[in-house]
Amino acid sequence: MKSSVITFPGSNCDRDINVALKKFGFKNKMVWHADVELPKSDLVVLPGGFSYGDYLRCGSMASKSKIMQSVINFANSGGMVMGICNGFQILVESGLVPGVLLRNKYLEFICKNVFVKINNKQNKYFKNVDNEVLEFHIAHNEGNYFCSNDQLKEIEDNNQIAIKYCDENGKIEDQFNPNGSIKNIAGIFNKEKNVLGMMPHPERMIDTSLSGEDGSLFFKNLINNLK
Amino acid sequence: MKISVIITLKKDVLDPQGKVIHQTLDGMGFNDVNEVRQGKYFEIDTKETDNDKAKAKVEEMCKKLLANLVIENYKIIDQK
Repeated sequence: MKSSVITFPGSNCDRDINVALKKFGFKNKMVWHADVELPKSDLVVLPGGFSYGDYLRCGSMASKSKIMQSVINFANSGGMVMGICNGFQILVESGLVPGVLLRNKYLEFICKNVFVKINNKQNKYFKNVDNEVLEFHIAHNEGNYFCSNDQLKEIEDNNQIAIKYCDENGKIEDQFNPNGSIKNIAGIFNKEKNVLGMMPHPERMIDTSLSGEDGSLFFKNLINNLK
Repeated sequence: MKISVIITLKKDVLDPQGKVIHQTLDGMGFNDVNEVRQGKYFEIDTKETDNDKAKAKVEEMCKKLLANLVIENYKIIDQK
């Protein structure tokens, strides 16, 4: 399986995701934002970080970079595109997934482990994951997912919510919502479910000596689903 | 020609920064404030000399980059 990770000026999780993808069997290529052509890929990842210093709005500049036109074309033709953290912000700014990510409700940068409940397994990202709840890491200042009521209805009707913040037992309540996101949304799909944007970092959960193993679970499963 | 743009948050979008500014103003003794909403202001100096054309271009810029229409409104302002 071939993957590509796009590096924007200010990306800082690009090497982490490179390590994670390789660990679980992807042949990964790093792709520079100013490149025009995307290498042949089964999966494209937009990594976390602070592309363009979060100028104007997080992800807004990166969403207009040269490589993004190829990424958008790839996604629109059914290609798997995953955006993590800043990558999620780039996805919403490019219009590949609906909504926006606002400043966290309590104006704090949040850096901690969270539990998320998988809301939809009918897709290549979460199909065959045995767990209902995964422990991932979040580190963001703008992760407060927001969309209009009409958009929310459409998202729910199309089953586009991927994961929701919850407690370790999968209970979804306000008190387990770290950043004020509507409906505890931590990640969403596009309509076709080939594009996934999420605030949590699965790539930070792949080594027992450093963290939990739920990221390993996610990546092992993902590569199997793509085969 | 210079064109200005003001970007504001839509009514139903939460503005925590505006809220904190409001609270701070209140603490400083400015007790008459009903609400504070924070926005953005841009000055765009363009080579275009035709006012209508320049404004049309700036409107396109607003839609494509300067504003995110899910949460923001834009207002283009004439400048001398």
